[in-house]
Formats: sequence, C-alpha cells, structure tokens
Amino acid sequence: MFDLKNKTFRAGAVITLVMLLIITVGVFWTPYDPNAMDAAGKMAAPGPRHLFGTDNFGRDIFSRVVQGAGATFFIALCSVSIGLAAGLLVGGLTGYYGGWVDELLMRLNDTLTAFPSLLLTLVLIAVFQGGKYNIILALGVLFIPTFARIVRMEVARQKALDYVANARLMGVGDMRILFVHIMPNIWPVLLSAVAIGFNNAVLAEASMSYLGLGVQPPDPSLGRMLNEAQGYLLRAPWYALSAGAAIILLVLGFGLLSEGLGGDGRA
Amino acid sequence: MEQSEHVLEVEGLGVVYQDRGLFGKKTSFQALTDVSFHVNKGEILGLVGESGCGKSTLSKAILGMLDTAIVTGEVRHLTKRPQMVFQDPAGSLNPAKTVGWILEEPLRVYGKYDAAERKRRVLDMLERVGLSKSYAGRKPGELSGGQKQRVSIAAALIRRPRFIIADEPVSALDVTIQAQILDLLWDLRHDLDLSYLFISHDLNVVYSICDRVMVMEKGRIIEQGSVDEVYDHPKEDYTKRLLSAVQY
Repeated sequence: MFDLKNKTFRAGAVITLVMLLIITVGVFWTPYDPNAMDAAGKMAAPGPRHLFGTDNFGRDIFSRVVQGAGATFFIALCSVSIGLAAGLLVGGLTGYYGGWVDELLMRLNDTLTAFPSLLLTLVLIAVFQGGKYNIILALGVLFIPTFARIVRMEVARQKALDYVANARLMGVGDMRILFVHIMPNIWPVLLSAVAIGFNNAVLAEASMSYLGLGVQPPDPSLGRMLNEAQGYLLRAPWYALSAGAAIILLVLGFGLLSEGLGGDGRA
Repeated sequence: MEQSEHVLEVEGLGVVYQDRGLFGKKTSFQALTDVSFHVNKGEILGLVGESGCGKSTLSKAILGMLDTAIVTGEVRHLTKRPQMVFQDPAGSLNPAKTVGWILEEPLRVYGKYDAAERKRRVLDMLERVGLSKSYAGRKPGELSGGQKQRVSIAAALIRRPRFIIADEPVSALDVTIQAQILDLLWDLRHDLDLSYLFISHDLNVVYSICDRVMVMEKGRIIEQGSVDEVYDHPKEDYTKRLLSAVQY
C-alpha cells in the first residue's frame, strides 16, 4: 500500500515524521517555558541562547513554535478524526444502501460544497463561539461532507463488484460486508484524502487563530503567533518567519504524503 | 424416461428490469420469459446462448440476487445453500484479504465450527482444488488467473453445497488453463456429489463437460435435451446457426 520507492511519498514521510518527532518531544520538554516572559530579553535575535530569538514579551520563540505546532497538530488530528469517522458512517451507509436518503444527503452535500470553506468555518464559529475545542468541532463538522463523498463513491463502486455479491450469497450480513469486506478496499484512496484533510485542517486552524477565533492567548498556536508577530514584522522578522516556516513544513509534509499516496496533493 | 431426483426446479420464471430516473420516464426490459427447467441430481446441465440473451440474469434470478427487478414464476431449491462460481475470479475474490481469510469467511458466518475446525476445512478444501497450504497466506493479487479461479471454486464449495451455478467459469482464462479448471470441476462433481448449472457462450466447453444442454435466445429457452441430441440433431434454426459457427 505504501510505495516506499516513490520519492514524493518518501519526502513527505520524512518531513512529517521529523515534525511529529519535534511535536512529541515538545509535549514533554521545551528549552524554555513557552509562556515565561523575560522583560530584559525582549525581541532578542536568533542566537545560541534562543534558537529562533524571543518575542515582544521575551518569550522563547522556538519553544512557542514547538508547542504551537503541537496545538495546531492536535486540532488537525481531532477535526480530521471527527470528519473521517462521521464521513465513513454517512458515506458508507448511503453508498451501500442508496435510495432517497442517499439522494437527499448528496444534494445537501453539493449545497455545502458550493460555499467557500473559510466562510462556513466562520459561520460555524460564530454559532459555537471561538476557542480550541469549538474550532475542532467546527472543522470536524466541515470535513464530514468531503470524506462522506469519497467514501460513498468508493463504496458504491466496490458494491457492484462480484466479491460483494459472493459474500451476500454466502450469507454475510450487510454491516459485515460494508465494514469488514468493503472498507479495507477503500483505505488506499481514503489515506490520500486523510493527508489532504490534515493539510486543510492545519491551514484552517492557522487562519482562524490568526483572526483571533481559534486558540486563545496565552496558549501558543501557529496561527496566533502569526497574528502576534505581524506588529513586529520589521523589528523582529524571525518571529513571523519561524511560525510561518512551521506551517509550511507541516502542510508540505502532508501534501507530499497525499501526492505520494496517489492523490493530486491539492485541497 | 427414468425418474430421478432434482436439485433445482424452475417454473415459468420471468424477469423484468425496470429503470426510472429521478424525474425520468419509466423504462422496462423483459429479460426472461416463461423459463422452465430442472436440474437432475449429479448432472451437469449446460446453458448456452449469445451474450446478452439472459444467461446471467437467469443465474442471478435463481439465487435471488436481483434486488430491483420484478421476478415472477417459481424457483424451488431442493438443496441447501446453492453457490455460484463467477466468470471473473479477479472480481469475485476480495483483493484486500488473504486466500485463507476468504475461504474461512463462509464458515465464520455459519458459526458452527471453532477456529481449529475452520482451519482444517480451509486447508482440506485448498488441497481438493489442487493448491498447496502455502496459498492460504497469499492475497488474490499474487495469484494467476487459473489459481484465482481455483480459490473461488474452493470458496463456493467450503460449506459443502450440493448445487453450484458456474457462470462462464472458464471464459476469462487461457485455453490450457480452461482445460485444467474443467477437469477440476468434473472431478469435484464425483468427489463431493455435486450438480452444476454450467453457463457458457462457448459450445466446445459445454460439449466437453455437460450431460444435457439448454439453448437460450432472447430470454427464452428454445431447445433442451441431451448434449448429443442437441448437437447432432438441432431442431431450431437458432441452434443450427450457433452450431455452424463453431468447430467442435
């Protein structure tokens, strides 16, 4: 299933694994307390004491980037999981059973797809209010249609194959056919969509937090750091650059993974 | 004519496919009309006809696999759990599972045997279809066409049915492999006390394996009898045309 000879996939895997390693270490240890202020060491340039320099409160930017990337990744992981789980259920059932429920849900799906996703996220956040967990919920709900559509299409395609007819003939129940016989065959297609989902989630979280609707201060997130950094773009460019680089690396890693898995690597 | 036991009786079977779009007009197609026949215990009954004449519809109707079509008439199964061997073994075997898993699944669903007994039956069946035990760990994608068809025959037979519908079971295979699979089906009939409804468009294949044969044209059975009878003295023009097109 994983083509390790595929250079795109390998590059994506290496970037993603390195980022995940840094994030995992960051959960337990960072060089400094990400929220510890140091009035004497404000906006220090990158150097041996502070790898990426310090911000306007004298906080260590490297530590904040590591924790911020962790927060962003956590949000992406949770929202993709919600979207994937619900998408599997909705797409699986509609793809397998078809009928008017399928027609209705898919037309609803089309309607949702017609709106720009950023706009929908803003609407959902206006309803749920901001904050880490509401962002997760809003993005998770927003991802359901995309996953449902892919799962539905694949399930409908697999359902027409003889191995499903054969399983029915042998007395295998519908739910077992759907989740045990069919699902393993759609993972390859779904994995690519999951990687892209992560990608979109990272970007969406960054945009929302940048707008001040996501992770709330003083907790770091990559989007929040961009927001804070914009006031000091000329005096402390390393602030925005470090947060931006972390976002780019995360997105690049997932994008290459998706492309290496057979997707087109785009949202 | 001697009185023999039947495994399947079909009487006045008709199938109409209906299709209706969301707002479209209803269209219907009569796929089978007044089909009546029986399969004797222990025999191989052939069904020939050109593609699109309703052969596959008949096999699906017999096994209750037509969800949306209107089926009339009567199908009486006189054996338990009739099974089917499909034309394309690449599509009839789940590509994500191993051969062992595929063969074990019908037994798992049946639920009467423990894991050790299921494994014993799987290995026994692999041997019967001429595959070594090592095939249990492989996936269908790693097998050749002939090996795949052996696996799908094994899967159909694992719960020991007495009646099998083989829908073009050798059409997707090379000629040399065809002969091997036909031999296997022939041998299994005696070993496992089977009866077949053998569907094919290939009159040579039907001649080589079947006891009796039915000829289907446009959803009707127009002629049936012993293979020698039908091949040597065809009554219908359609049968004569079919026969004149092949060397056998």
